[in-house]
Amino acid sequence: MAKFKGAVVVDTERCKGCGLCVAACPSKVLGLASQVNAKGYNYAEMVTEDCVGCCSCGYVCPDACISVYKVTL
Amino acid sequence: MTKQDIIKPENLVYGKTKVLTDNIMHYCPGCSHGVIHKLIAEVIEEMGIQEKTIGIAPVGCSVFAYNYFDIDMQEAAHGRAPALATAVKRLMPDKVVFTYQGDGDLAAIGTAETIHACNRGENIVIFFVNNGIYGMTGGQMAPTTLEGMKTATCPYGRNTDMYGFPLRISDLLKEIDGTCYVTRQSVHKTASIVRAKKAIRKAFQNSIDGKGTSVVEFVSHCNTNWKMTPVQSNAWMEEHMFAKYPLGDLKDTPKKRFDEINHL
Repeated sequence: MAKFKGAVVVDTERCKGCGLCVAACPSKVLGLASQVNAKGYNYAEMVTEDCVGCCSCGYVCPDACISVYKVTL
Repeated sequence: MTKQDIIKPENLVYGKTKVLTDNIMHYCPGCSHGVIHKLIAEVIEEMGIQEKTIGIAPVGCSVFAYNYFDIDMQEAAHGRAPALATAVKRLMPDKVVFTYQGDGDLAAIGTAETIHACNRGENIVIFFVNNGIYGMTGGQMAPTTLEGMKTATCPYGRNTDMYGFPLRISDLLKEIDGTCYVTRQSVHKTASIVRAKKAIRKAFQNSIDGKGTSVVEFVSHCNTNWKMTPVQSNAWMEEHMFAKYPLGDLKDTPKKRFDEINHL
């Protein structure tokens, strides 16, 4: 049982769907959405609830569109 | 616990720094420039030097850097950013001055300015983004292009008999007495991003302490002109670029001051 639980919020209009956060996530929480934003990019979104709030996605995001929230259980 | 219970302002552990503006960056999806911009902005915020930092924007992909940093910035002529930074720093010695340059700007047209600014030991920080190709103009061969690497102007691979060898500019600059800190970093993984951020902080601190010129090279990728996805180009960079441009600190010694030298 994980001691931390996190959540990722993606600014979907800034996101360019590069997929770096999807590759960087150790818990395989992120994926690219089937829908697109105003610029036509498949933005990143949470696909599972297993986030532990490690912030790896936030570090690698080139467009600073990821905010990470974390609580200790 | 649902996602809505977690997403509260008091639980925020990572978010966009205030030193970056809300403008959406014009860089291609996955470009390393965005990560490096973000790291520089985060360090400026953490050190509390937003009001006294002056950035010098280059010519190249990062020509619009002044749209993304919420600090005072000045655009320089192509390659002349270290010369302009010299002027700014000498006129306002209490400011923290940095240049942000690509390999076309720093290693090709601006080689003379870079070497002489380093040789004078100006107390500035030079951020050098090396992706081995000219990104903005459409992927032509750069001085830093690897041997045998295919670009728009060498479609059969860089022929070293005709075009010479990749220029390791940081290895040149570490030999100059004016530089105090020369390091080569990358931003392709979480661990390397943390190390790169430490290097940026140290470079700014050297500038504040007046130790000499600090040069932070970032080995980065250009997925559009390398014709790969961002994830593939990170893997390609790890496999090929790091062999020619090994990561790590190349030099960490303060420049000699005038009262420390032997007077003849």
